[in-house]
Amino acid sequence: MSTLTQLQVGESLTEVQLEPVSRMDLIKYSGASGDFNPIHTIDDEAKKAGLPGIIAHGMWTMGNLAKLFTAYYEEGFIQDYSIRFKGMVFLNDVVTLRATLTEKQDPLLRFKVQAVNQQGNEVLKGEVVYHQYGH
Amino acid sequence: MFNDQIGKQSNKVKNAVERGAVKKFAEAIGDLHPIYFDEETGRLSRYRNNIAPPTFPRIFDYGTIEGLNLPNKGLIHGEQTFHYSRPLVVGEVVYCYSKVKNYFEKKGNFGQMGFLVLESFGEDEAGNVIFSSTSTIVISEAVRKVLVK
Repeated sequence: MSTLTQLQVGESLTEVQLEPVSRMDLIKYSGASGDFNPIHTIDDEAKKAGLPGIIAHGMWTMGNLAKLFTAYYEEGFIQDYSIRFKGMVFLNDVVTLRATLTEKQDPLLRFKVQAVNQQGNEVLKGEVVYHQYGH
Repeated sequence: MFNDQIGKQSNKVKNAVERGAVKKFAEAIGDLHPIYFDEETGRLSRYRNNIAPPTFPRIFDYGTIEGLNLPNKGLIHGEQTFHYSRPLVVGEVVYCYSKVKNYFEKKGNFGQMGFLVLESFGEDEAGNVIFSSTSTIVISEAVRKVLVK
């Protein structure tokens, strides 16, 4: 898919499967975002919080998902990005990112987006409203 | 217990969309597209500059809401939204602040759950809103009890 304009309702962007989540991914996100909540990086703190192990920042997964749209920067921009965090992402989880066009209403493209883990469970879901520049 | 905080807001804080911070953030979310860091790609784009990823406002300083004391542990990020009038451009100055939009409680799997909705804004020098965002923070009964003490 070279442009979003060609996409038909019901069609999806090329899905992306991330590498298994590593501790370094979460250390890097902590540093880059300034969110140093230790349940994302330190095992003992995660356990004290009642978790089986460290979990990814929800915003890490949400940030990753947006990259499905990055290559189209000349065509428009993400006007609205709304996410509900549904499940936790643990170390070594393999997350797949998806976006499907649900509605076209010039200049807006509405996408259903989701991230699922290797069991097929949704870890987040929501919507992207993409604003296309005049054409 | 956060009901009396609704409507309170922080003072605006001057932030900058720093080139190095954008690159580091793009790397951290595995979205190292040249539009975020390569100057030539930025210059040749419709933005005439590099832009920042849509979730980048996570890193801004939104100031302090007087009297809003959130624990630094035990909070769950339930929902997040962003609304943009245009992408953020590298190098620009953004004035950021937050306010308490809503607070409500409802029965959940772990007892009476509290939902705190914070709304944040980023404005340009002229006061035009570039982006707004909402974060819904879920606070369990156990965590709230600790706060009351």
